Amino acid sequence: MKTLEIKNLHARVEEKSILNGVNLSVQKGEVHAIMGPNGSGKSTLANVLAGRDSYEVTDGEVLYEGKNLLEMETEDRAREGLFMAFQYPVEIPGVNNSYFLKAALNAVRKHRGLPDLDAIEFMQHVKQKAKILSVDPTLLSRSVNEGFSGGEKKRNEIFQMAVLEPRLCIMDETDSGLDIDALKIVASGVNTLRSPERTIVVITHYQRLLNYIVPDFVHVLSGGRIIRSGGKELALELEEKGYGSIEAHSEPQPAPTA
Amino acid sequence: MKVAEAEDVRFGRFEEFAAARAKVEPSWLRDRRRAAILRFRQLGLPTTREEEWRFTPVRSIATTEFEPATARSIPVTRAAVEPFAFAGLDGPELVFVNGRFAPDISRPSSLPAGVRVTSLSEILTSDGALVDDNLGRYVKFEQHGFTALNTAWMIDAAVVLIPKNLVVEAPIHLLYLSDAERPAAAHPRTLVLVGEGSAARMIESYAGPAGQVYLTNALTEIVVGANAQLDHYKVQRESTSAYHVSSTHLTLDRSAVFTTHSITLGGHLVRNDINALLGAEGTSCTLNGLYLAGGDRLVDNHTAIDHAKPHSESHELYKGVLNDRAHGVFNGKIYVRPDAQKTDAKQTNQVLLLSKDATINTKPQLEIFADDVKCTHGATVGQINDEALFYLRARGIGRDEARQLLIHAFAEDIIERIHIAPVRKALEQALLKELPLKD
Repeated sequence: MKTLEIKNLHARVEEKSILNGVNLSVQKGEVHAIMGPNGSGKSTLANVLAGRDSYEVTDGEVLYEGKNLLEMETEDRAREGLFMAFQYPVEIPGVNNSYFLKAALNAVRKHRGLPDLDAIEFMQHVKQKAKILSVDPTLLSRSVNEGFSGGEKKRNEIFQMAVLEPRLCIMDETDSGLDIDALKIVASGVNTLRSPERTIVVITHYQRLLNYIVPDFVHVLSGGRIIRSGGKELALELEEKGYGSIEAHSEPQPAPTA
Repeated sequence: MKVAEAEDVRFGRFEEFAAARAKVEPSWLRDRRRAAILRFRQLGLPTTREEEWRFTPVRSIATTEFEPATARSIPVTRAAVEPFAFAGLDGPELVFVNGRFAPDISRPSSLPAGVRVTSLSEILTSDGALVDDNLGRYVKFEQHGFTALNTAWMIDAAVVLIPKNLVVEAPIHLLYLSDAERPAAAHPRTLVLVGEGSAARMIESYAGPAGQVYLTNALTEIVVGANAQLDHYKVQRESTSAYHVSSTHLTLDRSAVFTTHSITLGGHLVRNDINALLGAEGTSCTLNGLYLAGGDRLVDNHTAIDHAKPHSESHELYKGVLNDRAHGVFNGKIYVRPDAQKTDAKQTNQVLLLSKDATINTKPQLEIFADDVKCTHGATVGQINDEALFYLRARGIGRDEARQLLIHAFAEDIIERIHIAPVRKALEQALLKELPLKD
């Protein structure tokens, strides 16, 4: 079953066209990596999938579990089980992490027809996830991301992912700005969340994250299109030869005709 | 034209009032009232031609026929007080209805020996000389029309006297309640003297029934003695149709520590003045404030901190949330006199505008005459952070709830600084009720 199907996706920011016909099909339970140089459209793709207003889709469609994703509000996408781990998690002073997570979790549960968790059930759920991911529970009493180091912010993203139990995770450059220890911690967090029920799309500039989160498929995004797809070896080839060689030798994929 | 007898008639017939008061009050108080009404007749109410009142037109106060609230005595029950009491607050609670002490609905509480928390009428009988020495000493009634009016027309006052070297654990709550069927003017008055080396906590509350039009014209004098500490709160929950004008005059002695939180939730037209005199070395003065306003409401906060001596610090953080066509005014003066070397003064003013039509006039005003000082000020005016809004929505939280969460967080920054738990909890509840702001 397809979790995500992107067909001929075109998008722009202000007047600048960034995505120029992205095609991608992701089966349930798979881990896909999307790699690409700066300016290739990686973050635009992640933000379009999450529903950020400033990106305008000019053509194409995105199906999530068979539903038209682009018609959904950002919060409804999240409630339907889509989770984007932000490249730059936002600091929100004054909003307590625990309160925030509870509001988010109960919004997701309500959408699924489940009753709200009470304070005790919530704390049990959250503490269990914190334990699995080796997250310091004192983080819960702090304001969302406020004063967190880069590594703590990324860990907090993975922690939220664990708490909300999404079916599709989009990880937008989760490795950027992390030193190798922080990278290992974050990657092992993601690995504990891998499951046949959960689909993961890892967006990254560098191959090194993929040493720790081993993908089933690798795609190369360049000039707003996916110019090559392959297995995990493709990441190693990129590491060795650089994006330039692949860009030079690849024919753009033809856009599917309707 | 600044008039005149005709204008003070709007607040009642002074001659009749003064004659009645003279029967029960000492002559010094009678003379003070007389001087104050003469001064008021010279001054009138301020107009927007005066720099200090530029953005705050009090014309509507000047043209309303107020009945002196003091002339009436409406029976008020404890039930009317409860919504404004702080559940779980353990300490004396003095209730003043339309400026007059209401012992029947007040709550006594045991206090350390020597501490007095009482009314002017009561203390005149026992410590008249002390009140004579202090009441009106720390504020010049000549300052503007409202202070003169208060001095002429106050019917009673709350008096808090804390002798030397005492720690008063129980928070002292002074609750000024307005209740009138027709527009009425009340002039609540407060005198607080904290003796050398003592520590206390107190709340001034101002409240009235929703929808009623009335004027509260409050005047508070506070003196914090050498090495003493006062943790002070002003919680204003007037009717959103009411006028609320208040001024607080503060004097700090050597090494005194004073903290206040001024929370404005009500009032159609609100003007709060705080004048702090850091009159000795080594004092610490913290002025924090939060105001919420929607509809056509106006909230004006004027603070003035006078660093007169060396080694004092002042910290000031005011936050406002304005919706609809609400108008905020913030003016923060800091004087550093030539003698006040090593002053450390920090002022921050932040405003969240929720609508295109809401406005704020904010003005820091630093006048520094000493050369070895640290003074900073900053003002930010902004809308809800779109990035934060998107982040919350991307986790499944709906747009309205996410907005509310962010507005609440902005305001909570002040509320969480409140040290008295029942007050903090009540205000957290009030915030949840108030936000998002409606008319």
